[in-house]
Amino acid sequence: MSTTVSAESDMTSLEFEPVQLLDPSGARVADSHYDPLIADITDARLAALYEDLVIIRRIDTEATALQRQGELGLWPPLLGQEAAQVGSARALRADDFVFTSYRENGVAYCRGVRLPDLVRTWRGTAASGWNPYDVGMATPAVIIGAQTLHATGYALGCTKDGVDSVAVAYFGDGATSQGDVNEAMVFAASFHAPVVFFCQNNQWAISEPVGLQAVRPIADRAPGFGIPSVRVDGNDVLAVMAVTREALDRARSGGGPTFIEAVTYRMGPHTTSDDPSRYVDPVQREEWAGRDPLARVEAHLNLTPEEAAGIAARADEVAREFRAACTSLPDPEPLSVFDHVYAEPHSGVERQRRRYAAYLRGFES
Amino acid sequence: MTELTLSKAIGTGLRRALAEDDRVVLLGEDIGALGGVFRVTDGLQREFGHERVMDTPLAESGIIGMAVGLAFRGFRPVVEIQFDGFIYPGFDQIVAQVAKLHYRTAGAVRMPLTIRVPFGGGIGAVEHHSESPEAYFAHTAGLRVVACSSPQDAHSMIRQAIACDDPVLFFEPKRRYWSKGEVDEEYAFPLGSARVVTPGTDVTLLAYGPLVPTALDAAVAASDEGISIEVVDLRSLSPLDWGTIQASVAKTGRVVITHEASEFGGLGAELVSGITDRCFFSLEAPPQRVTGFDVPYPPARLEEHFLPDLDRILDAVDRVLGRANSLSGSTHAGWSA
Repeated sequence: MSTTVSAESDMTSLEFEPVQLLDPSGARVADSHYDPLIADITDARLAALYEDLVIIRRIDTEATALQRQGELGLWPPLLGQEAAQVGSARALRADDFVFTSYRENGVAYCRGVRLPDLVRTWRGTAASGWNPYDVGMATPAVIIGAQTLHATGYALGCTKDGVDSVAVAYFGDGATSQGDVNEAMVFAASFHAPVVFFCQNNQWAISEPVGLQAVRPIADRAPGFGIPSVRVDGNDVLAVMAVTREALDRARSGGGPTFIEAVTYRMGPHTTSDDPSRYVDPVQREEWAGRDPLARVEAHLNLTPEEAAGIAARADEVAREFRAACTSLPDPEPLSVFDHVYAEPHSGVERQRRRYAAYLRGFES
Repeated sequence: MTELTLSKAIGTGLRRALAEDDRVVLLGEDIGALGGVFRVTDGLQREFGHERVMDTPLAESGIIGMAVGLAFRGFRPVVEIQFDGFIYPGFDQIVAQVAKLHYRTAGAVRMPLTIRVPFGGGIGAVEHHSESPEAYFAHTAGLRVVACSSPQDAHSMIRQAIACDDPVLFFEPKRRYWSKGEVDEEYAFPLGSARVVTPGTDVTLLAYGPLVPTALDAAVAASDEGISIEVVDLRSLSPLDWGTIQASVAKTGRVVITHEASEFGGLGAELVSGITDRCFFSLEAPPQRVTGFDVPYPPARLEEHFLPDLDRILDAVDRVLGRANSLSGSTHAGWSA
């Protein structure tokens, strides 16, 4: 079953089931097109991916707890979206470059972002957490969809530089209504940019169901822009990796952009400030709980209790380290509010810095 | 030295930048084969190719956002926004991304974009083709905002703007595109510096962009009545060159500020505030503003009643000198009523 759809295809042909290689019970689904793309994922490597999933969920849970305890101002949980993030991020090369929204902490973990750097923004000690060039990942764009254009521009730059690196844009179903996302697809198609549009359709934009953003499957849109698209079971780490690898290969080999719709579900709130009990249908949520991205890998691997306990213990250790890193982040120095506004000296900002420094000195003695 | 139009002076600056730095790329609507609607980029695509001089789809947010991505990759994009009034679809990318990325990433990511904007009225255009949106950008931390007024400055400033590691909003006075002047391609000055265009002792007249020639006309006309006006071309709107402004006001004690943009919340307000703060004891009269009115830019047959001109500037000069004038009737006292 091939579900990659060319731009020229009949739109109605997108009425298909998402690509799935591991069903919710953990059974492997044979797919002659996608199986070769994950032929190297042995059980041992799948176990490593499983550990990623467990650790990311553990970090996410710990972050929510830290917010509840007043250590973080806000946290956007990714509960339920672990496979979409791990499967795609682990398909990337180090020299690829990722542009995300704010919920992609699993992607950040896979890119090698250090634990304290994951929470600087959410604790409010820095405007963002890390140097993008250290990990090949821009810090989150909070304005919805803005980063899709950055990815497209970066991808165009890769072409100009004659390298086969790929830019990947992560965004949600809500973002697909934004002009920027649609403009990004126009530009990517026109310039044949090596960019992958990775849409995590988690069914919700805060309280708004995906049906408000799109009356047809989101992946339907891309062919209209001249961009091939694919729907994938976003809770299936193997399938996500397979479709992402295919898209990356296409981009690297001069085939231009691809649009991936990873169909998943936001099992938690939009952020720790949200109250999904006001709008989420518990029956629907329960259905999705039965498609958990971790449970199916666990079932497939048939881990021994000792193996499972070992992974859980390692995740707990990461969570402890994460908590310690978070709570020991120092508050920034007051005058650093003026740092890095400009790359070159700016007389206006420097004057305010001098005057505020003098003002603060008035409290000393 | 070569005599060039202001349009051509920018074009030769762009050409030099493209030739000297292969990370410089131009993006915009109609900048390729057409050479831009004002022909500023005339011939550049032919000379440097489609990879360096790129026509883009018609989406200003897309153009700016793409330029952000290119800057992430180490390019120095120069973007042309076709007309002032077309910049608003790109406003979000400019104020939320371009302006903030260096701050957001603690200096790791630089945004050396130059965003060229033909601005101002006086060309009999239709709606959205005559606006002066500079204050929106001067209000935004992280951006530098400049406006050129002469071919020499246009040439020198575009090259400095491109060389600058910060994002620069580069406003070009579209009704002065065809004015000519001598250009020395090697002449350079700091991007943030104002210029005393003509020295004077009685009144400081602050202007920028398209109104600098108007201000010079006012200085000539006033001199016929024995009034000595010092015209200062601000050139940089963010940051402001307070050293030059203060030196002039300390000398004259009287200030008139003129811009085409509407008055409320405009650059003039910032200038009056800064001058009052810095030069209070030098002032002989309240600084006066001569600006576009607080109305949308009007239809072409009304624009002469919107744009500051020689007579309105001279009227304000009379006002700060305490001479009878049409707006106050006598002196500045009671003018605000």
